[in-house]
Amino acid sequence: MQGLKRLGLGIAAMLASFGVRADYSWNFPEPATPMALDTLHVHNKFMMITMVIFVVVLSIMIYSIFSHRKSKNFKPVEDKAPSTFVEIFWTLIPFAILLLIDFVIMGIPAYHSVVMMEDTRNEAKMVIKITGSQWRWQYEYLDGDAKGVKFVSNLTTPKEQTDKGFQGVKNKDYLLEVDNHLVLPVGEKVRILMTSADVLHNWWVPQFGSSRVAVPGFIRETWVQVDKAGTYRGQCKELCGKGHGYMPIVVDALPMAEYKAWAASKLEEQAKASAGADKEWTKEDLIAEGKGVYEKNCAVCHQITGAGVPGAFPALTGSKIATSPIFGEDGKYLPDSHLDRVLNGKNVMPSWKATLNDTEIAAVITYERNALGNSVGDLVQPAKVKAARQ
Amino acid sequence: MSTSTVLDHDEHADHPSGIMRWLTTTNHKDIGTMYLTFSLIMFFVGGCMILGIRAELFKPGLQLMNPEFFNQLIGVHALIMIFAALMPAATGFANWMIPLQIGAPDMALPRLNNWGFWLLPPSAILLTLPFTLALFGIGDGALATGWTFYPPLSVQGGIGVDFAIFAVHLLGISSVLGSINIIVTLFNMRAPGMTLMKMPMFCWGWLITAFLLIATIPVLAGAVTMLLTDRHFGTHFFDAAGGGDPIMFQHLFWFFGHPEVYILLLPVWGFIPQILETFSRKKMYGYKAQVYSLWAIGALAVVVWAHHFFTAGMPVPALLYFMYSTMAISLPLAVLFFCWIKTMWKGSMSFETPMLFTVGWIILFGIGGLTGLVLADVAADAQYHNSYFVVAHFHYTLFAGGIMGIMAGTYYWLPKMTGHMYSEKLGKLHFWLTAISFNLTFIPQFFLGLAGMPRRIPDYALQFAEFNMISSISAFVLGLSQLIFVYNIVTCAKGGKKATDQVWEGANGLEWTLSSPPPYHSFSTQPTIK
Repeated sequence: MQGLKRLGLGIAAMLASFGVRADYSWNFPEPATPMALDTLHVHNKFMMITMVIFVVVLSIMIYSIFSHRKSKNFKPVEDKAPSTFVEIFWTLIPFAILLLIDFVIMGIPAYHSVVMMEDTRNEAKMVIKITGSQWRWQYEYLDGDAKGVKFVSNLTTPKEQTDKGFQGVKNKDYLLEVDNHLVLPVGEKVRILMTSADVLHNWWVPQFGSSRVAVPGFIRETWVQVDKAGTYRGQCKELCGKGHGYMPIVVDALPMAEYKAWAASKLEEQAKASAGADKEWTKEDLIAEGKGVYEKNCAVCHQITGAGVPGAFPALTGSKIATSPIFGEDGKYLPDSHLDRVLNGKNVMPSWKATLNDTEIAAVITYERNALGNSVGDLVQPAKVKAARQ
Repeated sequence: MSTSTVLDHDEHADHPSGIMRWLTTTNHKDIGTMYLTFSLIMFFVGGCMILGIRAELFKPGLQLMNPEFFNQLIGVHALIMIFAALMPAATGFANWMIPLQIGAPDMALPRLNNWGFWLLPPSAILLTLPFTLALFGIGDGALATGWTFYPPLSVQGGIGVDFAIFAVHLLGISSVLGSINIIVTLFNMRAPGMTLMKMPMFCWGWLITAFLLIATIPVLAGAVTMLLTDRHFGTHFFDAAGGGDPIMFQHLFWFFGHPEVYILLLPVWGFIPQILETFSRKKMYGYKAQVYSLWAIGALAVVVWAHHFFTAGMPVPALLYFMYSTMAISLPLAVLFFCWIKTMWKGSMSFETPMLFTVGWIILFGIGGLTGLVLADVAADAQYHNSYFVVAHFHYTLFAGGIMGIMAGTYYWLPKMTGHMYSEKLGKLHFWLTAISFNLTFIPQFFLGLAGMPRRIPDYALQFAEFNMISSISAFVLGLSQLIFVYNIVTCAKGGKKATDQVWEGANGLEWTLSSPPPYHSFSTQPTIK
């Protein structure tokens, strides 16, 4: 018994020492949206209620454990059947208390939270579309100042930091950092349409309090209204394959003016990129461009060397698809050709039609055919990809 | 049959010896022992898998395995713990104790019983075989979708999914056979005078479990078969492009999956009050109220399934319905808790190992139940869902509520089964180590979930590091403590202090009227209950 007490004290001291650490959190992170604030209140309230129930019931039991012991020679008392009236009374009272807790004290605020959470349309100022895919998020602005802005958001934590035996200092936002942040205006209600390109994903930023599954072939809705400028981070919350832990979400909430400036610059950038699709590219430029696209999007499965993973992901080096002709006599791409596979996907291979632009697709195909141990020698012009989309 | 009407009791005990005894046995105690042994072995197999995961999660960065293998371990760990450890343990107790408790010579359908058990080892092999095949370059390993098989990920997956689908089919058939046997036994073979409302509580818990299994296993079998045809025969049940819906799978799966939780817990809710009355030396309080509550929980179990995927999107009325119906489960559960505590109240308690486990069980299962109540709230669930909060919650219900309950039952009935007393000292040590390390494993996970760590990720952001480390260390202590359990069981089976027939001073019921261990055939003449 003495040993146990000492152990208990040790554990208490250990827990207390954790408590003083600043980056420790014992509750939801600081809410940034009305929904998250509401969720935090609901959570705190329910935790208090259940804690009270727990402590009251537990103390009754512990009292009994300490008093009604055989070692204290306590003689068992036989329970007598109560009169019907007493029985009904003592059944109905606890039932009434529980019903009150469940369906009034907890049930009514829960009702209002649900209604608020599901009201995605009223007063929504803008609409964005989020598409989950293995293993990255794609964002598209459907109206407002940034209408037409569309980009993919990839993890930027260097691969070596995740590997075994990495001795250096990991990035501050290890596994929670991406190249293109989703940018939202502060204080505006944003309606979010959610879908997926392949399997189920779940877009979750803890400080926003909203979480919705992205279902392929269906549109799901949620909304956020970020009330404080800042950067917010989250992760995919639905198991979606081997990259599930590697598709974070980063959202920048900017004041309206800065948001507008961002939208304008992003639109300009996109216009430039699409102009690039119409020009004639050299093979060297395409290969150089394609290397970056490959390493960001394809290497996760086909590996950086193109060797693939036997049994799971085919090798590109020497593969039939990456070495056989792309275009037929009529100038159209052949079924099961390299371009067909990248554009439309097959089985585990996703379709990149919506994710990559014409230049990126042309570049990555050219790269795969002329690097990674392949030397087919041909190239694909972005204009051809543009034509192939029609 | 016509020649010898009077057979000596012992002639029935003639049976093959060695391995043939176990392969061909139709004896309820032999089959029960096999179920329990199988369960204990698989408990360690599943446990080793989760220790691999906890080792990987010890600190940020990938230490031991790649994400593909990590995903395989989490799903197979869950399937093994649920279908191959927890359910067979409950079925093992049912086989051993139901005939003894109702004064029957054996189960009603002994050959079916044998088949029910022998389906289990092949299905365990099917589940784990892809790990081995992958070593020889065949396929890419076991099921990597988590135990829930959600499409389209499971449609995309490798041969591990097919193996798991067939394993689930076999496990399902085994469970349904066991359930039929239990229902037939309980309805037909009770001793004269034992009306349904005089049946021991464990039998009640199992009767309702059996009905739930028969109602829901076919739905699971149907769902995974649809998945199989989606994978190989070009159907589109769960593919929007062909007019299907991936979320329909979740509805079908959880129509089975939620009752499954109660399937795992109802047998425990059955014997926990029996342990309480034994060690409180006092009759169980509120027998009728408990029976009605078990039925109420059984009924509610099949109408609340969608609370497992609130975030998948459904209409507001559906969200509200599933939220309120889930909260309603707290009513019958509160009745049970009240009855358990009232049974202890003003008893004359002593705290042998089974009682320690039971008291610990009430507290920890209480935490699991109360966190379940807050999880029912749709708004808060958006945060809890698929985070470590949920992981902690369901381990409080299934490890504390399930496995620690089974441990209480094991210590309670072990002297009856083996005829020897186990070491009380080691039993108590096992309890304290289990209870403390269990809490230190899972309390940090509540906080991890609140802070925003999703489940099923092989690597995590730096702010989650400390809690994960505490959880991993405690998980290893928890795992190692279970070796005491095995040692205690094995030494008790081999020998030790002889157990009396009644074993426990306060034990009541037919199983305690037989010798310890009971004769090979339990009751040749049925006792009469007044």
